[in-house]
This record gives sequence, structure tokens and C-alpha cells, in this order.
Amino acid sequence: MNRQTLNARRLLCPLPVIRTQDKVKTLQSGDILTVECTDPGVMQDIPAWCRINGHKVLETRADNGEYIIVLEVV
Amino acid sequence: MNQQRKAVALISGGLDSMLATQAILDQGIHVEGINFFTGFCVEGHTHAIRKQDADKPKRNNSLWVAEQLGIKLHIIDVIEEYKQVLLNPKHGYGANMNPCLDCKIFMVNKAKQWMAENGFDFIITGEVVGQRPMSQRKQTMPIVAAESGADDLLVRPLSAQNLPATLPEREGWINREKMFGFSGRSRKPQMALAKQFGFTDYAQPAGGCCFLTDAAYSNKLVDLWKARGNREYELDDVMLLKVGRHIRPKPNFKLIVAREDGESRFMSGYKKDFMSMNCASHRGPLVLIDGAPTEEDLYLAGQITARYGQGRDAATVDVTIRGRDGEEHNIQVIPLPAEHIPEEWFV
Repeated sequence: MNRQTLNARRLLCPLPVIRTQDKVKTLQSGDILTVECTDPGVMQDIPAWCRINGHKVLETRADNGEYIIVLEVV
Repeated sequence: MNQQRKAVALISGGLDSMLATQAILDQGIHVEGINFFTGFCVEGHTHAIRKQDADKPKRNNSLWVAEQLGIKLHIIDVIEEYKQVLLNPKHGYGANMNPCLDCKIFMVNKAKQWMAENGFDFIITGEVVGQRPMSQRKQTMPIVAAESGADDLLVRPLSAQNLPATLPEREGWINREKMFGFSGRSRKPQMALAKQFGFTDYAQPAGGCCFLTDAAYSNKLVDLWKARGNREYELDDVMLLKVGRHIRPKPNFKLIVAREDGESRFMSGYKKDFMSMNCASHRGPLVLIDGAPTEEDLYLAGQITARYGQGRDAATVDVTIRGRDGEEHNIQVIPLPAEHIPEEWFV
């Protein structure tokens, strides 16, 4: 299992989703990706993208103006 | 055994592409969605920068539509390629800086490329004959099909019965009779079909899905090009045109004044790219300065910054000027009265 972090700060939707989508294409099943964002919309959109593409959201949290999504590539 | 046919649907997030996709899904076709991000797309999130819009849905409508339809969605960044569409539209602009017909041709062409790369068979759009004055007219429908290169692999399920049969219809992959003959600007047939499909919630963008159809936004874009002396732009330019008051007192500089805390927070991410200002002695907005102001211009910019802060009625206000390198110094200004800011300064 490989753990990676994606910096999507300052990007507005849908760019964090696009960057997540492009990053996930380079990962293997079982890999964990942490996406760090500043657009609160990602709390809705990245989980929606994961649901329609079959990936698993492990954690979402808001932390002092930052929004963190942890997902597992399926 | 019959081959499972596959279609790629252009999903805008609006009702028409949602209905068109459902009509093809109902015919047993495997459909996946594609959505192109040009940088000018109207997003709930962009509006959500501002607190006053905080109650608006923050969802991305294309993702939401894909989830409702139970299909995959591929969102493609076309920001760089789209510049040529915006800067040199073969078919010209609409009422503002919107190159709608060229945009549609570009997107269908991109979908065709994606179709070929991913082994899909045809393309679906939610176009309706006569729905939009520039890109969805009876005369322009064949232009989109021909100039995109999609030709008869482009299916418009909502207006299919008004258009020549496409290859998927002729080959029997899909049944023409199970598609529709909508035309004109009325939304009633779409609403009735939405009800029939059981869709009770869908996006209804009032001004289309693109900032370029907006007169105020288009004016700011043209002003930016004029001030720079060329029509180059980057995504950050496009984003900043969506926020703040844009005030150009002189051709050589422009102020972007945050209208509230949400915008100040968003714009603070650009402090390394622009000179910036804020009131030091009173509460006030963050102001970015685009261009090359002189010392005298900076005093005027400080006066305008003070006018939008809580010290607007004070005798003097201290204003912090911050360079791109983060170096700061303060100046003392007399706030500019509102009536001394001419209407023509507002872009």
C-alpha cells in the first residue's frame, strides 16, 4: 500500500476533483490518497466523485480553513 | 451475440443533458459522462466564496447529475486548449464574449477524441433544435456535427426526430422512435419528460453555464486585455474576474476590492502575485493592485481602499501597502468620498 498526498489548496471546484481524478489514475488499488484543499465544496464533490467511480472515502475533516479528504483507491 | 454499445454523453449539469442521457440509458446502452472545464464555467463554489451566497447549493451539478443517472463522469481540464476557442472563434461571439457555436464544436470534437481513445461508439448531447439563439438552431446543428468531425456519430436524443437519422439509429443500436422531437425555447417538454423519468430535482441555470454569457464579466475580461495590450490570460486572471469590485482609475492599474470576508480570504491567496493593500488603522477589505502604479497612484489606491473600510468617514486612515515579496510600509491617506469615484472607474 502506497500513501500519497495531493496539494489542491487555492483551487476552486472542479479543479480539486480533476487533480484528484488525474492523481488516482496513477495509483494502484489499495493505495491511500490524502487531498488537501481550501474550497469547502470539495467536502461534497470529492466524495461524490468517489461514489460514482467506486473509490472509498476514509475520512473528511475541516481543519482551520482547510478541508482534508482521505480516500482509498479501489 | 449483440455487442454492448457504448456512448459518451456531454454532461453540463443541466436538465437537457440529464434527460438525453437517461433516454439512451433506457435503450440498454452503456453511457459514461464527460464534462469539460474551460475556467469560465459557472460554479456554485465560485459564488460560495461570498458569504451572502452561502445558502446556495455547493454541489457540482455535473457530478450530481452523473450520480443521479448512475454513470461514471470524467471531468477534463481544457483551460489551455480553450484559449484558442475564445480568442479566435470562427463563428464569432454571441451577445457578449461567448463563442457558443465554436465552443460546442470544440467540446463535441474533444468528446470524439475521447470516444476513440476509450473504445466508445457514439456521442450524446442534450441539444434541442431552436433552444438557444447561437449554438442550437436548425442551421447550426449540422455545422456542429460536421466541424467537430463527429458527423453521424453525434446523437441528440431530445431532438432526434427532427434531425436526419444518425449511424447508431440506422444500425439499430438505438431506436429513433424511443427518442424525442423537441424544438424551440419552451422548457415544458423537458419538464414533462423529467417528471416521466422521476427527476424532481435538477439545476436550472438562469444565465447558462458560462461566465462569458454575462455582460459584466465580459466587460472585465475585455478591460483586462485592453490594459495589458494583448489578449493572453491565465486561469488566475479568469478566477479573479469573478470576485471583488474592479476599479480602474487609470489605464496603468486596477484595484480589486474584496466585497466581504469570504472574498478577502480567497484573494489573500494572491498576495504573492500582486501588490496588495488594506487599512491598518480601521477594519477594511483586502485590495489587490493589478498593473504598474506610480507612487502617486498608490496614494490614490490607498484613498480608495480607505473609502471601502470602516474609516471611510475618518479624517485620515493608515493604509498598509504590501509588495509581492511581502515587504510592508504604511501611508496615511484621506479617504476618497464615494462621490469622488466616477462611475466610469468601475469596470
